[in-house]
Amino acid sequence: MDLSAINPILFVAGFLIAATPLIFAAIGELVVEKSGSLNLGVEGMMIVGAICGFATAVETGSPLLGFAAAAVGGALLSLLFAFLTQVALANQVASGLALTLFGLGLSALLGQSYVGIKPPRLGDINWGPLADIPVIGPILFTHDIILYLGLVLVIAVWAMLKYSRMGLVLRAVGESHDAAHALGYKVKRIRTAAIMFGGACAGIGGAYISLIRVPQWTEGMTAGVGWIALALVVFASWKPARLLLGAYLFGGITQLQLNLQGAGVAIPVEYLAMSPYVITIVVLVILSRDKSAAPASLGRTFHASS
Amino acid sequence: MTQTPLLSLSGLTKAYPGVVANDDVSLQIAPGEVHALLGENGAGKSTLVKMIYGLVKPDAGSMQMNGAAFAPSEPRAARAAGVGMVFQHFSLFDALSVAENIALGMEQAPKMSDLSAQITSVSDAYGLPLAPDRVVGDLSAGERQRVEIIRCLLQEPKLLIMDEPTSVLTPQEVEILFKTLRKLSAEGTAILYISHKLEEIRSLCDAATVLRLGKVVGECTPSETSARDMAEMMVGSTLRTPKRAEGETGEVVLALKGLSAASPSAFGMPLRDVSLDVRAGEVLGIGGVAGNGQDELLAALSGEMRVQADMVAVKGVAVGALGPTPRRAMGILTAPEERLGHAAVPDMSLTENAMLTGMAREGLAQNGLLNWTAAKDFAERIILKFDVRTPGPANAARSLSGGNLQKFVIGREVMQRPELLVVNQPTWGVDAAAAAAIRQALMDLAAGGAAVVVISQDLEELMEISDRFAALNEGRLSAPEPTADLSVERIGLMLGGAHGMEVAHV
Repeated sequence: MDLSAINPILFVAGFLIAATPLIFAAIGELVVEKSGSLNLGVEGMMIVGAICGFATAVETGSPLLGFAAAAVGGALLSLLFAFLTQVALANQVASGLALTLFGLGLSALLGQSYVGIKPPRLGDINWGPLADIPVIGPILFTHDIILYLGLVLVIAVWAMLKYSRMGLVLRAVGESHDAAHALGYKVKRIRTAAIMFGGACAGIGGAYISLIRVPQWTEGMTAGVGWIALALVVFASWKPARLLLGAYLFGGITQLQLNLQGAGVAIPVEYLAMSPYVITIVVLVILSRDKSAAPASLGRTFHASS
Repeated sequence: MTQTPLLSLSGLTKAYPGVVANDDVSLQIAPGEVHALLGENGAGKSTLVKMIYGLVKPDAGSMQMNGAAFAPSEPRAARAAGVGMVFQHFSLFDALSVAENIALGMEQAPKMSDLSAQITSVSDAYGLPLAPDRVVGDLSAGERQRVEIIRCLLQEPKLLIMDEPTSVLTPQEVEILFKTLRKLSAEGTAILYISHKLEEIRSLCDAATVLRLGKVVGECTPSETSARDMAEMMVGSTLRTPKRAEGETGEVVLALKGLSAASPSAFGMPLRDVSLDVRAGEVLGIGGVAGNGQDELLAALSGEMRVQADMVAVKGVAVGALGPTPRRAMGILTAPEERLGHAAVPDMSLTENAMLTGMAREGLAQNGLLNWTAAKDFAERIILKFDVRTPGPANAARSLSGGNLQKFVIGREVMQRPELLVVNQPTWGVDAAAAAAIRQALMDLAAGGAAVVVISQDLEELMEISDRFAALNEGRLSAPEPTADLSVERIGLMLGGAHGMEVAHV
């Protein structure tokens, strides 16, 4: 075992990358849940985004087009969930689970001819002299645009929820759809928009795995990140800042256990591989003990009967 | 009043599958007029105001506002035309602040800081104190209503619709509300006022329209019509006032000694040193503004919340540590406030709901097996005895109207021959005829030798049926006093506490 083989700078830069898919998926789901819908199909939307993004990037040669296609793919799949739960008034939990299973199957079908191909690489942003700063430069200024976009998105969602009228209406719909309806807000329309936003975010998160983090296509490659995103939203008490913290924790431990595996630590690989999931959940459970309230209408079906 | 009416409805009709909610309804409201809309539950009052507010589209008929055609397609259009509405079940968001709640009801919400200033100025002008940055979930019912009223007032409405505004207020809060409404009316704002409380309508309203089964059955000037006449117009038959059979009070059935307990819910109120004796044959009324420990007291009595054994004694047996089932077996029966979800399971049939509480005392279960025939028979007896209007015991609890389900829930406990019956808000949202039937049943039960505790926010009700009255305030119970000697002012003071102080410096 040789811990000195772990380079701290590469390690930190690596965990920023490992956390990004989770950040996208979780911030999208946070918006969905704030509007009062519970979409358990995050994993399915991620994997569909992963293959849509991968295939488009390979066919067009443009990773950015790939990410755009991933967003569209995730949003289209989420539209199915929106139809089931908002129009057909189906049970949200069952619909979400079905969406995940459907997404896993669909992506495997779409991805058959893409196994083993290398996708075009998305270049890092050129920050000029900033990248030359010792330590900070290689950690913060050697990444692609999507990673920065993830950070901007978290801040934008936080500001939108806290300061904008759109955010206020979104929270209101999630708190009490009956009261929002009585005031004349279009509950279903708002929820559908939120669900599609969540789908697009999950799609981008999935494509980040297949285009940048891994980068190649294998079946089921999202490996439960979508489920972690769901847990993260709950344990982050629906707060974007805490969500970011949880995502970095998960990314950090994922990266650490990979490094430890590489360094040949005498712990069975299985324990190392499960550690990010276990530790993230334990820490977030402890963090969320203040019982910050969930959106009161979360998961309840809205029907304008009165 | 020869001027053009502010709002004029003619021939409004709205049918839902199986029921005509409004049938050819016409009425007129002049500017500045306070117009009462009367009717039993299900008479179509709510549907009518929803049409005016744009939530429901009429099937036939037309509305005119200031002489021009008025057909709001959504609440936004109604608000733009100057219609404001204060809902019966407040349309507020608990987790949001007062200012955020108000911003949600406005078309062009100003910046939060400007809005807070506006809220403060309007609330001062109308004597409705309210802090803009407080979270609505922490407010009392009266304060919540102020949020709704101020939300309407900020849009300078020409017509304000109020759906049962006083059902949750203390007498002092009602007085403040009426002052505000009279001031608004003097400034030319018309008010459409829905209430079951006829005395209030007599003191406040200029005109009244009575609905029965969706049709206008009469109009009257409330100040010149007796409450009894109005009630009979609503019901369409002569009204029976509940009568108390004289009975001796017997031994002490329920004794609470220094009952203190933390509330099981985060926003609840702990019980603080509650002591009390209730005798057989006696009705004890407990008043107080909602959220002052009523739910906790009921939970401590029913066994949902366990306390120290000797804090609650029934007929000398310490039962504080027992759960609901052994208490039920001893004859301690309770009916909580929330009909759907607490007193009854909404999606289960009436037979199943009868089984749920009647199992022990009615012998509906033997050796862990359920006797459905007996349960159905029990449910049918309740339906018959308490005049529950439903096609049969196989119907889901959810399908019953509020008043009918309440009759069923109260009837279910009364039929089990309780030694001690505790009810919370027995007639909340129930129309006059059903309320009278429920009150009569409670009084008959006491006359038959049971001890009855009625927790309610309806003071008129408590005065009518209880022998002694006590008030809950911040989890403390005042010493019970005989109701015969109590004046409304004295009751207000008993309820007082923090809320009384707040009224005092308005």
